Amino acid sequence: MENQLLQMVVDGLLMGSIYALIAVGMTLIWGVMNIINFAHGAFLMLAMFLTFWADKLWGIDPLVSLPLVALIMFFVGWGTYSTTVRKVLTGPILAQLLVTFGIAIFLVNLAVFLWSPDYQQLRGTLISGTWRFPLFVVSEAKVVAALASVVVFAGTYWWLKKTRLGRAVQATSISKEAAALMGINTERVFGITFGVALALLGVAGSLLCNFYYVFPSVGDMFGLLAFAIVALGGFGSVPGSFLGGLMIGLAEHLGGLYLGPQYKYAVIFIIYLGVVSIRPKGLFGW
Amino acid sequence: MVTKIVNQRQPTLGGHRRNKSKVKIDHLWMPAAALLFCILPLVYDNHHFQHVLILVFMYALLGQAWSLAGGYAGMISFGHIAFFGFGAYTSTLLFLDTGLSPWLGLFAGGLISAMFAVLIGYPLSKLRGHYFAIATIALQQVVQILFSNWSLVGGANGLSLPLKSGWGYFQFSSKLPYYYIILGLYALSVLVTYWMIRTKPGFYFRAIANDEDSAKRLGVHIARYKSLALGVSAFFAALAGTFYAQYVLYIDPASILNINMSTIIVLVATLGGAVYLFGPLVGALILIPISEYARAWLGGTGRGVDLMIYGLLIIIIVIYQPNGVMGWLQRLRNFRRRPGPTGLSIQAQQGKP
Repeated sequence: MENQLLQMVVDGLLMGSIYALIAVGMTLIWGVMNIINFAHGAFLMLAMFLTFWADKLWGIDPLVSLPLVALIMFFVGWGTYSTTVRKVLTGPILAQLLVTFGIAIFLVNLAVFLWSPDYQQLRGTLISGTWRFPLFVVSEAKVVAALASVVVFAGTYWWLKKTRLGRAVQATSISKEAAALMGINTERVFGITFGVALALLGVAGSLLCNFYYVFPSVGDMFGLLAFAIVALGGFGSVPGSFLGGLMIGLAEHLGGLYLGPQYKYAVIFIIYLGVVSIRPKGLFGW
Repeated sequence: MVTKIVNQRQPTLGGHRRNKSKVKIDHLWMPAAALLFCILPLVYDNHHFQHVLILVFMYALLGQAWSLAGGYAGMISFGHIAFFGFGAYTSTLLFLDTGLSPWLGLFAGGLISAMFAVLIGYPLSKLRGHYFAIATIALQQVVQILFSNWSLVGGANGLSLPLKSGWGYFQFSSKLPYYYIILGLYALSVLVTYWMIRTKPGFYFRAIANDEDSAKRLGVHIARYKSLALGVSAFFAALAGTFYAQYVLYIDPASILNINMSTIIVLVATLGGAVYLFGPLVGALILIPISEYARAWLGGTGRGVDLMIYGLLIIIIVIYQPNGVMGWLQRLRNFRRRPGPTGLSIQAQQGKP
């Protein structure tokens, strides 16, 4: 017999790690450039549609197209940075918020224009079965996505801590001026950070396509959850956003179990509000 | 020394008299604009045009309300639609359950909304910048979800008001009374803003927005003044909410508590210039007609072309005018009238031996 509580905990942790994977890009952008990216959900949608059409038109499985989507998203990110975000970097905080908001409106409606507002789903991908355990059932696609999330987190952490470029990113996030004086090309660092953030989002989008519908406003709720995760985890903290993701995933599933599925997002946001009213900068933020 | 001399000499170069006449013109445009807006719907008697004008002033009122908290006090909120919703729901529920006139419901909604804002203002006052913005998004989401599932307020189906025409019911068959009511409410919000930014709270708001730590050390009670800003702001947002409910006669969480409408409020205030008295009106005058007429012309295709253009416009305006249209007008005027502070300092530097 399946145990409902255990099932929800397992599902919550799996979904939580996927949420964390979506949020890590936002953490990077926030931490390095001090911008909150309202278009995050819209970029996720873009990555999902890229994966979707790669499979639909050329029969490339999401797992195969993943690196390609990540690469395309990297350049989309760099391009977005250099054409729009760069111009408001020193402007008022509201201008930064609204530019990314404008990008989100544009992308979502571009998707409506090009691909219609319908819900679509890929069927028969390489990983689409389920695994049965004595006490719970898991979908293969979610397990793969969660494992990938752990790998990506470890990789991002390693990249930031150990590589030359990662350290340049860290230095820039601490002080742009000091980093520039040390000979770091901060413009390039910002562009790369935006690109890497969206590449990670591309990975998330590809994996999500294995078990989730694709439609133009698919990113809205993921984007909002990413906000909560990033703020819960704390300013630019990569481990914080992983923990925040797991917490949000658990809260969503347990809240859905005990209070009814219609309240699951309310539970998430109430927990989030409770945490930040005690720790204003999140669990890992100072 | 030299700087001082240049500074003193400046007004005697004939600038003084010229400035005086300019001041007169500066103050004349206000009654002229007021008169224009009073007679505009009478001159051009077109229903859709009147509808757009009503929306312009409704968003101007919302933007004005928002700018008190978001502009002057620096509390960027994406949750103002919740206050708008409280106003709409309070007056509608009071009318449906007790038969209370929406005119009283208007102020009841305002007060309830303000009380709620003060209540959440205290715990949220610790949050700054992005953190505050995200918390208000969370708040908006919670309110929308709860209202969608609360059967007492109609749940996801919403509430509709019975058709009853007349002043007592705050319902009219013509658009003109609605227009003058929203114009009046907007004027009220401008007067209150004008009064507030010139008295102690307004200075405290700006001190908090500029540098919260310094303001705190100088003795500003941060939580109290942030809550005050949010409270007054919520009051006016709720007035717009009641007005909307009476104008459309139907409210439901999906259409009046959603995040997109919340963001339009921020856009209206910011594009116009959130810290200028008439900034929100200018923002609404630009944004609302564009979105309404684009929807009328291009929205019929149902493929989001109007919203794509809208998104592009936002990006372009924000990149080129990050301080809003009013900020740009101000710079133009300053540039024309007198050499600005930079001009003076250049002269001063040149005068130095």
